[in-house]
Parts: sequence; C-alpha cells; structure tokens
Amino acid sequence: MNKLRLRVQILFTILTNGYVYGFLKGKIYQGPLKYTCVPGLNCYSCPGAAFSCPIGALQALLNREGFHVPFAVLGFFFLFGSLLGRFVCGWLCPFGLVQDLLHKIPLFRKLKRLPLHHILKFGKYAVLFFLVFIGSVFLFGGFAKIPAFCKYLCPSGTLFGALPLLTANPLLRSQTGGLFGWKLGILVLILFLSIIVYRPFCQYLCPLGAIYGLFNRFSLLQIHWDEDLCTSCAACENACPLSLTVQEISRSPECIRCGKCVKACPVSCLHFTAKSNGYSTKHQTCVPPGTNTV
Amino acid sequence: MDFYRNHKSLWLWGVLIGIFFLGTGYLCGDFGVIWRKAVMICMECIGIG
Repeated sequence: MNKLRLRVQILFTILTNGYVYGFLKGKIYQGPLKYTCVPGLNCYSCPGAAFSCPIGALQALLNREGFHVPFAVLGFFFLFGSLLGRFVCGWLCPFGLVQDLLHKIPLFRKLKRLPLHHILKFGKYAVLFFLVFIGSVFLFGGFAKIPAFCKYLCPSGTLFGALPLLTANPLLRSQTGGLFGWKLGILVLILFLSIIVYRPFCQYLCPLGAIYGLFNRFSLLQIHWDEDLCTSCAACENACPLSLTVQEISRSPECIRCGKCVKACPVSCLHFTAKSNGYSTKHQTCVPPGTNTV
Repeated sequence: MDFYRNHKSLWLWGVLIGIFFLGTGYLCGDFGVIWRKAVMICMECIGIG
C-alpha cells in the first residue's frame, strides 16, 4: 500500500508538472490545460505546471472587480471532494509528497503532532477564512484585492514556483526582496518541521485540506471499518501518522486516507471502499440475498 | 452521525452540485479568468509582487 501510494504520488506529480521545457527556459506553460485545476496544491507558476492551482484560481476569481461567487472553483471542490475527500491530500498532492519524503529522513525524534495540536489544527480554517477569503476580497494591501495566501504563506509556490523560476531566470532573480525572504523563511521552517512532525502544513495550515476535510464524512471513497471483525488490537491507531482513533479514521476531517491503517490491520477489518447505501461494497457482497441486515 | 447514515447519497448530490457549479462558472466566464491568471507568472506566488 505504501509503495503504491508513493508511486501514485510521484506519477501524479510528474503528470501535473510535466512541462519540462519550462524548467529549462525559466518560463511557464501557457496552453489550454490551464483552464482546469488539479485537485491538489500545485502552484501554477511552477515552470512545469500544466494545470491551475485550485487555491490560486479561487483567489483569482475573488480578486475580480465587485463580488462574484467563484462558481468554477467551487465546482472543482464539490466534484473532487464528494468523490475523494482528503484522499487528494494523501495521494495526489505534490507538496504532500515532499513532506512525506522529508519525514522519512532518519533525523530527530519523530512526532505525530505538535504540542497544542487540538488548537493548532484549526489553523487551516483560519488560513482559509482570513488569507484566502477575507484577504482576497478586501482586507490586505490597503483594501486592494490581493491573493494573500499565495503572497504571504504558500510554501508550494515558493518551492515549485519561485525556486525553479528564479534559478533559470536572472531577470526575475534581480527583483527579489524582503517578501521573497519571508516566503523562503516559511518554506524552510515547514520543510524542517516536516522532518520531525508528519505533514505539518497539511495538519495546521493548508486551506485546501480544510476544504476537502469537510467532504470526508460523505465522500464516495471511504475507508470502511468492519466492526464485527475488529479485535480492538489498536494496530491501525498505532500506524496512523495522524494519531486518529479507529472511529475517526476516514470520517474525521483530519484523515488524509493514506491507507497505513488498512495495511496495518491484521484481520483486514479496514479497507478502501466506494460507499453505496451506507455499506461498503465488500460488505454487501458478503451478505446473502434476502438476509435482513438491519 | 445519523444525518449521514440517513442521507447515504450525499456524495452524489455533491457531484451534481459540482457539475452545476462548473457549468455556471463556464457561463460566467470563470474559466477565462483562471486561465488568464495561470498563464502569467504570478508575482505574489514567487514572492516578488
């Protein structure tokens, strides 16, 4: 499962950032694929990016003159969220892959959570509200509309957008100043924290994770827990990198559906499933026709 | 909890709402706005603007 997930993460990162010419020339792709958004956080100013970033697109729509409902991006959120929930974070986000790889570095004592996790976990909702919505609509820059999340926080933009572009483009490099230093500092801090804590950006700051987390309870893709088979051995809870209980797995807004619990379960009472009528497809096939399951 | 158990096809409603929003966004010209933003180097994203 872990190898499969790693392969999917790498493949998806390559597919969505496959414009190699951009890396070589320090330019970005300008074709029609950028009308659409990828599900994960992937800066559209990455030289290799073939699609748009959903959070960047959301802010671009909110930055328009007057107030407009950003229908297109909400459509992407509902579509991806209703089908997959935070599976997107666990399997399809390039910045999630970077954090996963950093966490594998055998340095420092590993932590699943930061101190004050129960408060800090709401940080991503604050980022979503204040930086993405309020910042984009009117608050920052002397009431001018700016993409505040991209400008002041997004480490994905710094890593995948700024660093490759500035490396290949001397003209852009000559224009860097204090703001770039600020963003670089945030990136370094998050990358360093990723070595110690599992996915700190996803757990505490990512506005996209906050949005997809709202869909976790009712998305089509679920991790089904077969209570009858469960021996309460807690192997899944010990394996969960986010310290979720078996009841919270899949349904909690924090669960990124990495599947480590599924792999750890010795009696296979956890499995990925496409939910249908409240039961897993596997459960349904196990019930003989005509059996009263209520 | 019961709400989700009793509304088992919420995901399908979510998908339909998503498709409706995408269609509405298309009619409102949202995709053009996204494309115009995405094909220019975003100065805010790279820490210059």
